[in-house]
Amino acid sequence: MENGILKILNFYAGYNVKTILTNINLSIPSNKVISIMGPSGCGKTTLIRCINRMHELQPDANFKGQILLNEKNIFATSPILVRRKIGMVFQKPNPFPTMSIYDNVVSGYILNGIKIPRSEKDRIVEETLRKVYLWDEVMDSLHRKGTFLSGGQQQRLCIARAMAMNPEIILLDEPTSALDPKATAKIEELITKIKKSVTVILVTHNTAQAARVSDFTAFLYLGELVEFGFTEKLFTTPKDKKTEEYLTGKFG
Amino acid sequence: MKMDRYFKSILFGAAILLLLLLTGIFFTLLIGSIPAIKASGIKFLSGTSWNPVTGVYGAVPFVIGTLLTSFLALFISLPFSFSISLFLGEYFKKGALAEFLNYATDILASIPSVIYGFWGLLFLVPIVRKFELSFHILPYGVGIFTASLILAIMIIPYTSYLAKEVILLVPQDIKEAAYSLGATRSEVIRKIIVPYSRSGIFAGILLSLGRALGETMAVTMVIGNSNLIPGNIFSPANTMASVIANEFTEATNDVHLSALIELGLLLFIITGIINFIGNEIIKKLSIKG
Amino acid sequence: MQRRIIKDKLFEIIIIIFALVSTFPLILILFQIVKKGIASINWSFFVNLPQPPGESGGGVSNAILGTFILIVIAGGFSILLGVLGGTFISEYKDKKISELIRLCVNIFQGIPSIVIGIIVYIWIVMPLHRFSALSGGIALGIMMLPLIVKSTEETLRLIPSSLKEASLALGASYTTTMLRVILPAGINGILSGILISVSRVAGETAPLLFTAFGNPFMNFNIFKPVDSLPLLIFNYSMSPYPEWHSIAWGASFVLISFIIILNILTKMVSRKWKTVF
Ligand SMILES: Nc1ncnc2c1ncn2[C@@H]1O[C@H](COP(=O)(O)OP(=O)(O)OP(=O)(O)O)[C@@H](O)[C@H]1O
Ligand SMILES: [Mg+2]
Repeated sequence: MENGILKILNFYAGYNVKTILTNINLSIPSNKVISIMGPSGCGKTTLIRCINRMHELQPDANFKGQILLNEKNIFATSPILVRRKIGMVFQKPNPFPTMSIYDNVVSGYILNGIKIPRSEKDRIVEETLRKVYLWDEVMDSLHRKGTFLSGGQQQRLCIARAMAMNPEIILLDEPTSALDPKATAKIEELITKIKKSVTVILVTHNTAQAARVSDFTAFLYLGELVEFGFTEKLFTTPKDKKTEEYLTGKFG
Repeated sequence: MKMDRYFKSILFGAAILLLLLLTGIFFTLLIGSIPAIKASGIKFLSGTSWNPVTGVYGAVPFVIGTLLTSFLALFISLPFSFSISLFLGEYFKKGALAEFLNYATDILASIPSVIYGFWGLLFLVPIVRKFELSFHILPYGVGIFTASLILAIMIIPYTSYLAKEVILLVPQDIKEAAYSLGATRSEVIRKIIVPYSRSGIFAGILLSLGRALGETMAVTMVIGNSNLIPGNIFSPANTMASVIANEFTEATNDVHLSALIELGLLLFIITGIINFIGNEIIKKLSIKG
Repeated sequence: MQRRIIKDKLFEIIIIIFALVSTFPLILILFQIVKKGIASINWSFFVNLPQPPGESGGGVSNAILGTFILIVIAGGFSILLGVLGGTFISEYKDKKISELIRLCVNIFQGIPSIVIGIIVYIWIVMPLHRFSALSGGIALGIMMLPLIVKSTEETLRLIPSSLKEASLALGASYTTTMLRVILPAGINGILSGILISVSRVAGETAPLLFTAFGNPFMNFNIFKPVDSLPLLIFNYSMSPYPEWHSIAWGASFVLISFIIILNILTKMVSRKWKTVF
């Protein structure tokens, strides 16, 4: 994994004087699904919010160390550039309530003030909505508000919104925890499909989900990276005792 | 429980009294306007001249004066109130500067109108006069522009308070979603926060407009009190409220008094409608007005 | 890219500048009131009556007393009625009449104060054929009503119904429950509503122009005109005499101090007597 698309090196992060993440070292290969597991409060959200520099939006946040995207330190450029290359989907579906479904998909372009011709926009909207299996369901109501959709549809719209920017990496923070099993299955299906065009980092509480969709798994415990490797290997022959305990449901 | 019956009827009595009092205000104005309505009819609303000596009562000059001062004040104040609401609702929610700005707007809101008028008279009027001299405008000093300046200062706290409250209501998660797409803060403000809080900001502007329309003392003191239709924004004029303040105790006869009451009725209806709409919007947004 | 970042910074700077600039008028006004106000305040300012222009040593004792009288009358007129009315609409939330009162109160909160002056002129000044402290006080009282009704209702609404049920379950009558349990539990909210409404009307001038009217002499009779600080500021500031202007500055200083103290008091009351549920 020497030539990972994203490398996290000696990374620390926290709030105020409290340190949440300690000495994280991780190299993430491209066009794969990487799941990050760990008990509640271990720092999963904090970690992925560092990857697209959302962490520093909190007034009392701090961090130390390096994160390299394609060998370039993300802290050496502007956060807005980093965020365009690294998309994010949140735990609770949050389409923009003031925008139509159509505008939600291209909201990255709207927000960034990127002018593109109408036909190009139409193409992006259709292509992206097809990618997330939403096109057939919303093609007749593209100009209605996205907030009328069901929770699962809203979450797929949010994934489309992030995918429309053609990011290199997409971060998903427990994207299915607010959804029912059917909607969850749809999202898992699309995750395994979109990895052709994007590297997926998936935070999940659900070990079965990690096993189903991810190629690699990282196990985080109390802010430390305990183990990282092929999902199959990590699930069948965990090296660390803590990983084993977590997988067998001893805590979490 | 005889006691309870008494107590409940006292409560009910208070409610009835309250209702009678409040609705009584409207009917009193209506009845008080009858002599003027009989004398002038629709000319009251279309007449461009107001002359108690000849018994001609046309409210148009005052309606124009009122609308001009209020909208000009709104126009002047908006960039400031908008900035304050973003300052307190987005950029600096906490901290010494926010505290200072909060206190400052609080005090601005509690300074009595008559003190604004007094300060305007002694401080603003000479400045405006100098300004007018240098631009070769008749240097009255007093007039619509001066009144609008004072009014603008007076309504800034109201608009900014309401706008700040609705801006604080914008959910954090949709702001974060916008940041995660690479938007800058100003882009998030312009494309997410403002559209989201549009109706609340509108209500704030509406309620401030209501205040400006009915503001009396400060305006009366610096508007120059002319009953003619203002020629430009530097002309002396009168608003509906200021002409009532000026002429009421010196009303020459019953029709004159009644015409002034009718002006009050007009003011009441306009501000009543504005407040009603503003309050309905705010009720829907469930913020404290 | 670089342009967007610059634009973003520029936007922020403009917001900060505009926000801070809007405090300039306040600083200017307060500075002048404090400077000129304190200069014209001395012992005789508080105890003497106004003097003709050109004579020094004039005071505003009549206006201070008048303001006091007007506020007492306003409070007497509005507090009981407002609290009872507010209690009614919180107790009978869904009745038609409560809805109606709520609607009226909301609308009347924004009615120009000069209109209230007209009303009280018709209701009281015309029948009595004279301007009077009584009419001025009632005008201010009417202006206080909406705020008192609203704050009472809002306060009572926050009191959990379990408190009422607990009292009733102990065998207390409805009246006792309301007077001994519910209203005392909301005392901080109700009291701060009253105080804030006093601070709002203390500076009102327009509704007094044709009710209390103003009076250069000391007057204790509520059926005669009285002066008030805002009325005096108005009359003196419109005069051409510098001596009167400096008295108006002094009166402004006293009035603003009074209002700011009331506001601070309100904040203290709502904090100190807060009942925690
Ligand atoms: N803004 C903040 N200020 C201070 N501490 C915070 C803040 N946000 C999170 N924390 C703390 O940081 C730790 C890690 O939080 P984080 O949200 O990264 O955990 P997580 O692994 O995502 O948990 P979960 O599975 O519950 O989402 C927690 O102990 C949390 O209390
Ligand atoms: Mg989390």
